[in-house]
Amino acid sequence: MSIAPPELDAQISGDTGRGDTGGARSEDYLWTLNFGPQHPATHTTLRLVLKLEGERVVDAMPEMGYLHSGFEKIGEHLTFNQYVTVTDRMNYISPMANNVAWHHAVETLLGIDLTPRCKYVRTIVTELARLSDHLLSNGAVGLDTGAFTFFLYAFYQREVIYDIFETLCGARFTNSYTRVGGVSHDITPLVVEKIRTFVKTFPKTLDDMERLLTRNRIFVDRTKGVGVLTKEEAINRGATGPVARASGVPRDLRKDEPYLAYADFDFNVPCASAGDCYARYLVRMQEMRESLKIVAQAVENIPAGPVNVGIDQRTSLPTKQQVYSTIEGTISHFELSMSNRGFEVPCEETYAAIEAPNGELGFYICGDGNETAYRARCRPPSLLHFAMFPHLIRGHTLSDVVAVLGSLNIIAAELDR
Amino acid sequence: MPFTPPAVDDVLAALTNRCAGVTVSEFRGQTRVVVPVESCFDALACLKERGFDLLVDVSCVDYLDYRDPPMQMAGCAGHRYGLVYLLASTTTNQRLTLRVFVDDPEPTVPSAVPLWEAANWLEREVWDLFGIRFAGHPDLRRLVMPEEFAAHPLRKDYPLQGRGERHNFPVITRDHS
Repeated sequence: MSIAPPELDAQISGDTGRGDTGGARSEDYLWTLNFGPQHPATHTTLRLVLKLEGERVVDAMPEMGYLHSGFEKIGEHLTFNQYVTVTDRMNYISPMANNVAWHHAVETLLGIDLTPRCKYVRTIVTELARLSDHLLSNGAVGLDTGAFTFFLYAFYQREVIYDIFETLCGARFTNSYTRVGGVSHDITPLVVEKIRTFVKTFPKTLDDMERLLTRNRIFVDRTKGVGVLTKEEAINRGATGPVARASGVPRDLRKDEPYLAYADFDFNVPCASAGDCYARYLVRMQEMRESLKIVAQAVENIPAGPVNVGIDQRTSLPTKQQVYSTIEGTISHFELSMSNRGFEVPCEETYAAIEAPNGELGFYICGDGNETAYRARCRPPSLLHFAMFPHLIRGHTLSDVVAVLGSLNIIAAELDR
Repeated sequence: MPFTPPAVDDVLAALTNRCAGVTVSEFRGQTRVVVPVESCFDALACLKERGFDLLVDVSCVDYLDYRDPPMQMAGCAGHRYGLVYLLASTTTNQRLTLRVFVDDPEPTVPSAVPLWEAANWLEREVWDLFGIRFAGHPDLRRLVMPEEFAAHPLRKDYPLQGRGERHNFPVITRDHS
């Protein structure tokens, strides 16, 4: 941490005009503190300019863009199937969910209806991604408020999920698993076995984690009543996902706009009304149990049949069997592999979103006839959550900054894109 | 079957009564309305009153070299920038896309911050990447690009490789830091 140069101080006092912070006299006592862009507790590359009065945060100015890599610009130059590798790098603690979100949006634009097996497989991987995301974000809240063991318990289970993904598609971290109209690798009995084992063993860890932290006096004192977001503010500021649900907005796209196979499963949407860091922690903890319920139901009921859409739709590569033994397969393979062919895209625009672990993750795609998007806008949930940070932290102490940041689960790569 | 959001007919009727020049179209079950830039704020306010309480996203498309002018949205061909307001209702789960078209040299739309605080950073991002001004925005600064950056990189006439900005970054040495 270092003290900001005087011009930043002038900027922060002049920029927002959000009420007076004590006038010129008390201004002398205010400290300006640079938090980030490289600070262990920000977890990623983001910066906060905090205005402190003693230990109390008078105002905060979030600053972002340190990880801006022009993902949306790249999206205008990569084909729909290539761009999935870039979506991996957006919210990198749950890449599978981004893959599914991207191709869900592409398939909405192209009007492709997936096979039942594909819907189940994608549902399973999204829920596993949600588990790993919540494990990390709750683990990080614990870590930042001093509970290191809790973080290690969480991280060990993430490792198990990585193993499942590795068995499924060969990649542990940047999975790039989905394809237009399907997935890159069908689910195998070995993966099913690993998921079954995980479903059996994970609740025990979850119980341990809850016993460690949920009623821990220190943790509760540090998070309860900190960073309160009311229901009205949550809606007005565009909060989605666990952040909104912890403030009493019962909005979950899995229930409200059932995509993939979510309509088939029995699960609840945990909500809280307090809207503080502790409520967000509780909602995420409870959501993990619900996700586990979905995974357990889905993995036992995976429909038989092909995982990719048929060759007549001409969007996903046919199997080798089809290529070598049928004329349609050969033609389809040829057309998809030629750079000047590809599949047909309407000159239209659609928006489709999924309930990603962090909130509503959607893509607004503008097609112009070829298989590269004309515009690939990503609606990142983190952006809107980070925008409300000054509102949440005002009046709290410096040590609460990390608790609030952690509970919002700000992922700078998704924020900046 | 893919999920289709609930119908928005009553809202559209109210919107057409309140603002002139509203065109409605639909694609894949998603309803879109195009409003002229003059009645943009009015239309957003009207939609907010009618239950669209969540501003999901504000973004923009630059139609500079679009193969087909956006014909599907009547009356909008020939415009360069098309703003996208994605609205949703947290109670009825209705969704609506509102489009506003603006042009060079001074593309300006009224800011939606008085209606939704969520619009604040979203509009800053559109200003940063497309150079669209939001009249009445409380703090219209760049969001992701550096303050001193001159161009608006998501415009279609901005090259993917950039214009050499990276090479002109000042090198800070240990002695001069």
